[in-house]
Amino acid sequence: MTKVLELHDITKRFGALTANDDVTLTLEEGEILALLGENGAGKTTLMNILFGHYAADEGSVRVFGKELPPGLPRAAIEVGVGMVHQHFTLAGNLSVLENVMLGSEPLTRARSARSEARKKLLQIAERFGLPVNPEAKVRSLSVGERQRVEILKALYRDARILILDEPTAVLARPEAMRLFETLRDMTKEGLSLIFISHKLHEVMAASDRVAVLRGGKMVAERNTPETTPEELAELMVGRKVERPVRHDHEIGAPVLVANNVRVEEGGEVRLDEVSFTVHAGEILGIVGVSGNGQASLGGLLSGLVHPIAGRLILLDEDIGHLGPRGMIRAGAGRVPEDRHAEGVVGELSLWENAVLERLRTPEFSRRGFVRQRAAREYTSGLIERFDIRGAAPDTRTRLLSGGNMQKLILGRVLTNGPRFVLANQPTRGLDEGAIASVHAELLAARAEGAAILLISEELEEAVALSDRIQAIVKGRLSEPISADEADPQRLGLMMAGVWKENDDAA
Amino acid sequence: MMRLERRSHVPLHLAIIAPLAAILTALLLAAGLIAAADVNPLTAYGEMVNGAFGSRLSIAEMLTRATPLVFTGLAAAVAFRARLWNIGGEGQFFVGALITAWIGHSLEVPGWIGVPILMFAGMAAGAALLAGPAFLRLRFGVDEVVTTLLLNFIVILFVGLMIEGPMRDPLAFGWPSSVPVDGDYRLPDLIPRTRLHIGLLVAIAAAGAVWLILARTVFGAETRAAGLNASAAAFAGISLPQTIMGVALLSGALAGLAGSVEVMGVTAGVTTTMSPGFGYAGIVVAMLAALHPAGVVAAAVFVATVFVGADAMSRATGVPSFIADVIVALCLLTMIVALLFTTYRVRR
Repeated sequence: MTKVLELHDITKRFGALTANDDVTLTLEEGEILALLGENGAGKTTLMNILFGHYAADEGSVRVFGKELPPGLPRAAIEVGVGMVHQHFTLAGNLSVLENVMLGSEPLTRARSARSEARKKLLQIAERFGLPVNPEAKVRSLSVGERQRVEILKALYRDARILILDEPTAVLARPEAMRLFETLRDMTKEGLSLIFISHKLHEVMAASDRVAVLRGGKMVAERNTPETTPEELAELMVGRKVERPVRHDHEIGAPVLVANNVRVEEGGEVRLDEVSFTVHAGEILGIVGVSGNGQASLGGLLSGLVHPIAGRLILLDEDIGHLGPRGMIRAGAGRVPEDRHAEGVVGELSLWENAVLERLRTPEFSRRGFVRQRAAREYTSGLIERFDIRGAAPDTRTRLLSGGNMQKLILGRVLTNGPRFVLANQPTRGLDEGAIASVHAELLAARAEGAAILLISEELEEAVALSDRIQAIVKGRLSEPISADEADPQRLGLMMAGVWKENDDAA
Repeated sequence: MMRLERRSHVPLHLAIIAPLAAILTALLLAAGLIAAADVNPLTAYGEMVNGAFGSRLSIAEMLTRATPLVFTGLAAAVAFRARLWNIGGEGQFFVGALITAWIGHSLEVPGWIGVPILMFAGMAAGAALLAGPAFLRLRFGVDEVVTTLLLNFIVILFVGLMIEGPMRDPLAFGWPSSVPVDGDYRLPDLIPRTRLHIGLLVAIAAAGAVWLILARTVFGAETRAAGLNASAAAFAGISLPQTIMGVALLSGALAGLAGSVEVMGVTAGVTTTMSPGFGYAGIVVAMLAALHPAGVVAAAVFVATVFVGADAMSRATGVPSFIADVIVALCLLTMIVALLFTTYRVRR
């Protein structure tokens, strides 16, 4: 095998922070290398150096034996390095073909060579098994399809080394598995791949070799068949991390009951005939492929959208018409799907975010004035009780890591003594250590008798935490099954819409 | 390749340097125009500073100009904090002025009751004028930049109509002006034998009040949250319509108060030329202040210096006093660039 890519002794500093510390990495022709590490381990920085977005302070980058000039993305593209970013860089109002061509044609040419480009694109799509409609507007494509366009864009520029930054972050499990199959086929066509990830199971499933980064340093390299998820987890985190385990206990009375709820948004039915019951001391897991109504279910239980039919009862009170403030008063705690967009106001301090839901309660305001001292004391308590690291009450919230931000939101919800808790994708994008803390907090709330509804796209998480599980498919819920009956096959079928004999919902 | 990286926090010295650098750059750019008029820019700027600070009278005149700018600057700052783009400060200024002259001409109560009544009337008029665009945005999604901007022209034409017609001052010898407010309601002078009146103190008190509201009250916290991240605010149970409407009423009231105080303190009657663009300049003041109430006072003094100093410079050097408008407008542009550099850092 020949080395197609060599990174030698790369060091990159941002002020006092050393993002990459003397990192050496090689990629062989036709292999899939996983670059594993927690958030902030320096994975993305390293790949940005390779691609020329950053210039390294020390070290060199060699592609196909030739040294790349630092800090020039165009040079990287020219020798055949392509990058697929975590956040797509596509123009929604343009077609697939236009997006692929964008930036690869000289501006000075009067007519664009559309038909040749179209031919080339279709050839590439055929060769690498990435079917696509060149005329479709990107806006109308699903997330998985958009990612395919991103990959095609790199291949169209004759990439022979492809770097994918957290390619599954936006994909549901089946889509992710399909992506990995495609990537495997692509290596047979001579491509060499690096994908960045912090998810152990996909590293195990999809890579030939794993390089583990921790705190900016390369701590280990393993051939994937010769390692285990447990070993990788320990290498990645630097210590043993175990997710907490759910223990059986007495389930209490019903707390939240949805009865044939129907929700419409933007003129479309998003939830239909949705019924479920969450009992005190119980976690009900809702699993499903993303985009099957989870967002509307989250909105419904947050008080942001309201049912047009059916009833939503929290402890004998009909809460279907209540807004967020009413829901909170009725005893609901809500953990939103997107921490940054809905959970916190990043530019405000921790203490302001901590009391944001309860600004108008006597605890935190008097005669229209905020009781700042009470709010700061409360926040200090949260920081200690929920182990929010590297922060004081006056720290700006956007400086928190994802895990610590989620702990702040959990703290704000759980210290209010909620009878019902909505946890919508509570660990999305978090690293192993943070996932374990979030799970522990949810289980602790369960032990104290809260009724918890967990919406998750991570099957392991749903199975580990939930007492019962229902699948959501096209806005409808399956019958619940108990966690003991939940095996991957059965859940897979449920998520595909097959949950009853003689069912035609698939 | 150059990249912009977000700073983890804006250090205090940068927050102070940014507007100063913006002003300096704007002055450098305007120096080109002054040089094009065959005048040494240093001489011209020297005359400008002299015109605003050279004597007791000129300082008083400068502060007189700064007074309405503090109000309109606060009006813009409050609205922009909540991402309500109130470009209608000019119109709100004029309705505040007009209602003050109208009521103040025929009111028959003692001055110490009448002055607060007239201020309140001006505030109510300004608030009402902005409530309309705010309602249209909340109910139908109508862009308030368009509605508030266009309302300015409607209001000024309406003022023209009133002072040529029903509110015409018969004693003004054909000079179009409204009837004046009664002498009991003229604001007392702050410095004798100048135009500077106690309105300046009202303006400074207003800046303090706005600071208190934004920094310490529940309404202020909700306003900041709604302006910085509307979805998170809504998720936390903050009513966006209530907050936006509250901000609109406060912002409109401040701009209306500017007009009211200007009538009672300086002009007595309303004319269509009584504002050299106080409402629009308020936007620049708010931006230079980075939307901070304390900064608004300082920025208002600067803009007033340019306005007053430019007249003196024009008399001494022959550079048209329109250069003041150019400088103020340039400041807005350079300040926007400066704000970019305070929130982001350039990396290679």
